[in-house]
Amino acid sequence: MSRAETTAGPGLQDTGQEQRLALPASRRARAVWTLGLFGSELLIVFRRVRTLALLAVLAGVPVLVGIAVRIETHDGSSVGGSDGGGPAFLEQISNNGLFLAFASLAATLPFFLPMAIGVVAGDSVAGEASTGTLRYLLVAPAGRTRLLLAKYASVLTFCIAATLVVVLSAVVVGFSLFPVGDVTLLSGNTVPLSDGILRGLLIALLVASSLIGLGALGLFISTLTDSGIGAMAATVGLLITIQIVNNIPQLHALQPYLFPHYWLSFADVMRAPVIWDGIVKNLALQAVYAAVFGSAAWARFSTRDVTS
Amino acid sequence: MDQPSAADGQAPDVVIETRGLAKQYRGTLAVDGLDLQVPRGSVFGFLGPNGSGKTTTIRMLMGLIEPTSGSARVLGRPMPRSSRSVLPKVGALIEGPALYGFLSGQDNLIRYDAADPTADPRTRKARVGAALDRVGLTAAAGKKAKAYSLGMKQRLGLASALLQPRELLVLDEPTNGLDPQGMREIRALIRELADDGTTVFLSSHLLDEIEQVCTHAAVMARGRLITQGPVAELSAGTRGRLAVATPDPDEAVRVLAGHGVTDLVADPHSGEVTGELPADPPDLAELNAALVAAGVRVRGFGLRRASLEDAFVALTGEGFDVAG
Repeated sequence: MSRAETTAGPGLQDTGQEQRLALPASRRARAVWTLGLFGSELLIVFRRVRTLALLAVLAGVPVLVGIAVRIETHDGSSVGGSDGGGPAFLEQISNNGLFLAFASLAATLPFFLPMAIGVVAGDSVAGEASTGTLRYLLVAPAGRTRLLLAKYASVLTFCIAATLVVVLSAVVVGFSLFPVGDVTLLSGNTVPLSDGILRGLLIALLVASSLIGLGALGLFISTLTDSGIGAMAATVGLLITIQIVNNIPQLHALQPYLFPHYWLSFADVMRAPVIWDGIVKNLALQAVYAAVFGSAAWARFSTRDVTS
Repeated sequence: MDQPSAADGQAPDVVIETRGLAKQYRGTLAVDGLDLQVPRGSVFGFLGPNGSGKTTTIRMLMGLIEPTSGSARVLGRPMPRSSRSVLPKVGALIEGPALYGFLSGQDNLIRYDAADPTADPRTRKARVGAALDRVGLTAAAGKKAKAYSLGMKQRLGLASALLQPRELLVLDEPTNGLDPQGMREIRALIRELADDGTTVFLSSHLLDEIEQVCTHAAVMARGRLITQGPVAELSAGTRGRLAVATPDPDEAVRVLAGHGVTDLVADPHSGEVTGELPADPPDLAELNAALVAAGVRVRGFGLRRASLEDAFVALTGEGFDVAG
């Protein structure tokens, strides 16, 4: 269309030209400023009552385990042997409070922790879509790739925060209810408390890393729908299904490919020497899940029509 | 680098230009072959019944949905490809406000501002304060957004479009949910922004709203663009009707028909005779004299100006109802 065909008066054009020349110079994207979106994401996640409730539940697990063990060992007897599912941390708690941290992680890792991650990851994009805030973020413009990266970064931060909440609660409860001293490893050797605490930190890191595959899976599911509740339910439902499949002996051929399969390998840190086999397999499997579902989430989110 | 150049073949005084823009949803065309041109500096009314494709068009212009075919350029650059360079200069209110209920009004704006990588965090607080002030929400800034009324949410949505000086404002039904006083305030705000040189693209299904604030308008119905141009030209397209107030309607109809006036209607309740003037209209003074000479007692005589609503009905041949 030529200039002559448009209908704006000359006066209108003039003001427009001035505006256009005045604006762009002062408005450039800055690399540091783009981090603002990540900070904003964290606020959105952690200021939500739901998030705080999830963290409170996680903090409550060590309290319950600690009190139960304390009552049962009150008369000097020991806790019944482990049920075979998790590592044998439970009977050591009455000798050393630090073991409450390991026992609590072993107790929350199969369901409580991943459920919390599933809720946060599943809601991340779909929740914004269902309230309509997604369209305003995109026209801000957040940028689809940048928004998705910020979302995944906030999910990973929540993985670390959730794990730390369990560990810190367990340490506080364990140290106040039980004696603390040298640590007897699963392999029978005894190491000083400082060594035990370092191993505890490594275990916390491994547990948090165990959740990055599920985080990516939840993020992908979250890009598929405009219903936050639906995405959360689907992610948690999938987690439960996979955990069940992971425990059916007849399906053992499938199990090495399921993301929770090597989760409890973190217990191998409590041996001397440490057996790295399962730990490495777990981290590799999480990386594969993160790559596959992260790419799928990006492919979906960068092309989808935002109609909510 | 964001400057559109003449080499692009893009007229620099057009802020929105679409060519053959179309969007198909599950077999039905929501928008069909849209050729839209929004001149820079205009207040552009985008008019059509609910379901006529206005919001789908706006979503395509804002890069939220991909067109099935055709192209859209905003501020001289193609969308959705150039979203990142175009959208910081565009403020938008799309299909009503969307807010984080658990955040205060102020924190909602901070959230949206943080999503813009061109927004300076050092001036964020001040800009958020200014935007809240501009829409009259300063007093409610600290209140949680879930406690806001619909009108307050609408104002907060507008404030998020005003966080930066913008070249273009895209406002989808901005007065929805507002009381008459709020509507007046928002219209005054739109005029104020337009006076600053901001182009305002305003969608509405309220004809009088478009007539009151817009310099240009486009009309959509069932996914198609029916017309576009300056508001004055659109309503001028339909000629005004002649209206004669008289206690002698039968005689008036006879005389007027004799002078070439067509589509004559006599309303017995108001005692008024109206009709279309012929294409080559006679002198109205002569017509009046002819009526009086024929013994018709005339109480009132004049042309009734055509409204945009008349123009719309004339263009679409139908009422202003929800598209089926």
